[in-house]
Amino acid sequence: MKLTGSQIFVEVLAEQGVDTIFGYPGGSVLNLYDELYKNSNRIRHILTAHEQGASHAADGYARATGRTGVVLATSGPGATNLVTGIATAYMDSVPLVAFTGNVATTLLGKDSFQEAYIEGITMPITKHNFTVRRVEDLAEVMRSAFRIAQSGRKGPVLVDIPKDVTAAQCEFTTREPELIRTVTTYDAEKVREAAALINKAERPIVYFGGGVRSAAGCQPLRELLNKASIPATYTLMAAGVLNYGEPLNLGLLGMHGCYATNKAVDEADLVIALGTRFSDRVALNPEKFAKRAKVIQIDIDPSEMGKNVAVDLSITGDATYILQAILPLVQPANHDAWLAQIHRWQQNDYHPADSETELKPHQMIDEICRQAGPEAVYVTDVGQHQMWAAQYLHHTKSRGFLTSGGLGTMGFGYGAAIGAQVALGNKTRVVMLTGDGSFHMNLNEGCTAVSYELPIITVIFNNQVLGMVRQWQSTFYGKRYASTDPCRKTDFCKLAEGFGAKGYRCETPAQFQAALADAMAQKGPCWIDCKIGKDEKVLPMIPSGGDIADIIMN
Amino acid sequence: MTVPMEENANKRRVISLLVDNQGGVLARVSSLFCRRGFNIDSLTVSATNDPAISRITVTLHGDENALQQLILQTDRLEVTRQIFELNQDASLQRELLLLKVASDAGNRAQLREVASIYKAKIIDLSPDSMVFELTGKPEKIDAFLLMFQGYTILEMCRTGVTAMERGGMHPHMQKPPQDVRAAQFPLPGNH
Repeated sequence: MKLTGSQIFVEVLAEQGVDTIFGYPGGSVLNLYDELYKNSNRIRHILTAHEQGASHAADGYARATGRTGVVLATSGPGATNLVTGIATAYMDSVPLVAFTGNVATTLLGKDSFQEAYIEGITMPITKHNFTVRRVEDLAEVMRSAFRIAQSGRKGPVLVDIPKDVTAAQCEFTTREPELIRTVTTYDAEKVREAAALINKAERPIVYFGGGVRSAAGCQPLRELLNKASIPATYTLMAAGVLNYGEPLNLGLLGMHGCYATNKAVDEADLVIALGTRFSDRVALNPEKFAKRAKVIQIDIDPSEMGKNVAVDLSITGDATYILQAILPLVQPANHDAWLAQIHRWQQNDYHPADSETELKPHQMIDEICRQAGPEAVYVTDVGQHQMWAAQYLHHTKSRGFLTSGGLGTMGFGYGAAIGAQVALGNKTRVVMLTGDGSFHMNLNEGCTAVSYELPIITVIFNNQVLGMVRQWQSTFYGKRYASTDPCRKTDFCKLAEGFGAKGYRCETPAQFQAALADAMAQKGPCWIDCKIGKDEKVLPMIPSGGDIADIIMN
Repeated sequence: MTVPMEENANKRRVISLLVDNQGGVLARVSSLFCRRGFNIDSLTVSATNDPAISRITVTLHGDENALQQLILQTDRLEVTRQIFELNQDASLQRELLLLKVASDAGNRAQLREVASIYKAKIIDLSPDSMVFELTGKPEKIDAFLLMFQGYTILEMCRTGVTAMERGGMHPHMQKPPQDVRAAQFPLPGNH
């Protein structure tokens, strides 16, 4: 059957199981959009206010479900507006396929109107990218893109399609969805070595990251912890893999992790690193990180082995398969003395002070958890509120905390929340936690949430300043608040109303409780503007390059 | 036998990289090297007996860790089919040099003698210059160039190393590509 490039585009999307895409139309993608219009019963297209929002939405869709997020943009500015979203997905290993239109092949390379060499621009921030120069290659390239995004260590792939390719015709036959290629093998000898190290350890600790979530390795991880009574700590990307309040769950590690967690890694004699890359926000000083411990690293990406921190034993492979192989070789243990020691550190850890009259971030987050419940999906932007969310949310769902970890993209949140709400349907509660700084970056997506009647609740931790940078300026720059106190007069309530959303303003815990309860009953998006102190800090904090000895507790 | 640290750190290493022969492949590889800060001495790209595959030969100075990171990071590229370090003792390495030296009747004879000892060819002779062509191991080219310290070099280019292992087909060449080795699963959401 002869089809046009645009028809092939829609057919391959459907064939690969895609039912929702995010995007923004333009000249180079008119043919594609015309075909999407005719196929709107098969593929739902969500129009955002800006291509960056669409890219974060596709990312949020993928993070919330584990499926591949798809975003479509036009050539030139449409394509370049995706760049931050693609880089965000790349740093956090999120499966994403980005399609961009481009000028016709005869105009490529001639500085044509709305032309950008997006293949070159995105080369370092994608797993792979393609320019389709012949319609005969389109179907195969699209299939490869879906396979690559989900295979091995996941990540974004970009497919650039010149306009004439979307009009040209060729033969097309539908195929089965692509199969993902995943490594299921591992070095059995190394697995035995790892088990021997675990059995011998007196002060073991598991340190896990987003790889465990990607591998859906939560259950074997829990079994390992419980069988040998090993405490565990996690990176930002793995919040929610272990339930809040599980006794062996020590919480977040690194720059804004607890004292007890960082101390435990420092004192451990064995660190088992699972699906994590020893980033500079965790191993703040790679020379001193876990300096008393033997380190076992288990990761799907061989290039992560010993990249940042020297390890004693590395096993390449999928975390689930390797954990399942290690489990039977691990002897039950109780590590009572070690756990008691950690418990004593926890007694002396940082605990924020409550207030009856003022809004305190940790109390707000408690209230959000109480009302939204454990099944809700929490999304954040980047900054202080993100760290508070990581520290205080009662994480219970492996895919229930969506945040930009590696790239730290301010403005990530609203797009991602839209993607999650679209993916999970309006019965799932999606709450976005943001700061006034981050929210100002992409709040334009408020119109999208209104158009599609997405009941996203946005809680704005409004301290009137760029709080995280201000905190660093307070601590390390003699309180010289360069460009962090912008004196903005934004009225978020009126702004919400302007978009057609509902707005609330709160200054006390009682007001916040009432506003949140009212927002929970609304059918559309709500913004809750919460006034907090300019000098609220994220604590504890270990400065860049420091270790547990440098921790700041007040 | 352990190699002393210093010797290990300064060793010249040659890496062979088999990649898909398609547009942009050199950009992908060199962009990666640049981004990761790998310090490359030379890089050559050439055709192979398989039209679908190009061979890139990279030389660098560095320690074991730098080498391993380069190999592992490059292996992540979709276009990479095989990457391996060549064994220095068991491999053939060649480089081509073109050297243009200022010369006149006064030193022409001396230059011809140097060329004949190194078996370099004189491929151009003008009243005021001479061009040599020399093929050999990088060390031989280095040694040849040392002979020109007292002369005026007008232009020079070296191709960088191209290399392969001696004997029958190298074991790395027989390994199936990664996508054949890995197991296959349905995409999420398609169960």
